[in-house]
Amino acid sequence: MSLITELNRKALDRGVPLSVHLDVTYRCNERCEHCYLDHDGDGEMSTAEIKSTLDQLAAAGVFFLTISGGEPLIRPDIFEIIEYARSLRFNVKLKTNAILIREREARRLRELNVEQVQISVYSHRAQVHDGISKVPGSLDRTISGIRLLKAHGIKVTIANVLMKGNLDDAEGVRQLAKEVGAHYTLDPTITPMMSGDASLLRLRITSDSLRTVFNDSNLVGNVEEFCAPPTAVDEGALEGYPCSAGHTAAYVSPWGDVYPCVQFPLTCGNVREQNFLDIWKNSPQFHEVRGIRGKHLTTCNSCSHLGSCTRCPGLAWMEGNMRGPSTADCEKSFIRTGIPTANMLNRGFSDAEAFANSVPQQLRGATRTLVQISPAR
Amino acid sequence: MTTTITTPLDSATTYISRSHAVAARELAGEMMIMSATDSTLFSLNETATLIWNAADGKTSLRDIVENRICPEFDVEPETACRDAEALVTNLASLGILELSSQPAPART
Repeated sequence: MSLITELNRKALDRGVPLSVHLDVTYRCNERCEHCYLDHDGDGEMSTAEIKSTLDQLAAAGVFFLTISGGEPLIRPDIFEIIEYARSLRFNVKLKTNAILIREREARRLRELNVEQVQISVYSHRAQVHDGISKVPGSLDRTISGIRLLKAHGIKVTIANVLMKGNLDDAEGVRQLAKEVGAHYTLDPTITPMMSGDASLLRLRITSDSLRTVFNDSNLVGNVEEFCAPPTAVDEGALEGYPCSAGHTAAYVSPWGDVYPCVQFPLTCGNVREQNFLDIWKNSPQFHEVRGIRGKHLTTCNSCSHLGSCTRCPGLAWMEGNMRGPSTADCEKSFIRTGIPTANMLNRGFSDAEAFANSVPQQLRGATRTLVQISPAR
Repeated sequence: MTTTITTPLDSATTYISRSHAVAARELAGEMMIMSATDSTLFSLNETATLIWNAADGKTSLRDIVENRICPEFDVEPETACRDAEALVTNLASLGILELSSQPAPART
């Protein structure tokens, strides 16, 4: 067993939130067309509130801290926040578009021993990347930021979200990552907005394109392994839990709302009103999420893909049932293996594209606790 | 400032402090440590975790062993010191601890 697997096992057994994703703002200096956020900055946590939250997260046992946004560097206090997080000995990963990273910022991130920085790049061609980010010159500035970070010895991951508008440029971005010495990850997942607006799903690549991606060894590694038929559903899959959300991972929004995951906007509490550990241990919502095992999943518990599917409980919840299937993941499982999922068969679909397009345009949306309970907004 | 010291260590004049380049969190009595420079993950056992927690740069390794380790684990001080010297030498080589022959100056 690897050390990281052992660490996760220990955290799971003891109910420790090993990883937290903290969005310090939803404001951003880009307007990416696929973004699931509303960019509202009104009422976000102050420096003192974020430091208090970090204290609570450290006391709860959180080790891996992802600081993200919006664009986190848009906050004038971002280095004070990162410095405080590092003084509490979190392993800090920063997600940014790198537009605001100059020599001074790169040097400071190195001094603060940020473990890695993840940066979104949509294309190696400016007209495509800038067309998606809606900011002219953004690709040049992003690449400049990446080079500065690398010059300071910081580990950089280039995250390539794949959609219809940049479908042909995955290989170009992969080559760019290689040239600058960054890791490369590809993600064809486009999620609905946190408000529940699913119109962004129109940007998703077609099923045929996804099939091409899944069969490209440059992008997925060992195609035979990646596209292998699902293994027989066993006791482990039926008794297993769907993902780490709510088990060893949680999310905190700029307003202090606590969710199981950034993709699972089920409000479990708010750190402005309640200590994080209290929310983590006692929230009925977290208890409900934690109680779900493979055998409890409607439809999925009779699906041959149960043991190997990447089913996202958050996307399932947004579709209306946290115990139900997530259409996007059903589609991926089918396209990878050629074997229809139980959800497809039950709903009478044999065509992946029609199935993928069957998601309603308005899904369940996130609610901000703060809007309901605080006079501050 | 960290003063380079050569092996074998003398625990009476060795002061240890936690590296700023790592992340650390205690889980079930064991310290999990990840290097920010190469993302290597380490796990310290219970004894090493005690030493890590006591590594304030101001207390000599011998004092840490005599006052924190020996009462806890019922071990002879000389044996414990030899083991602790080997341990901190190893942890220093991994960039987890910093060694000095002088105590860190008090903060004003």
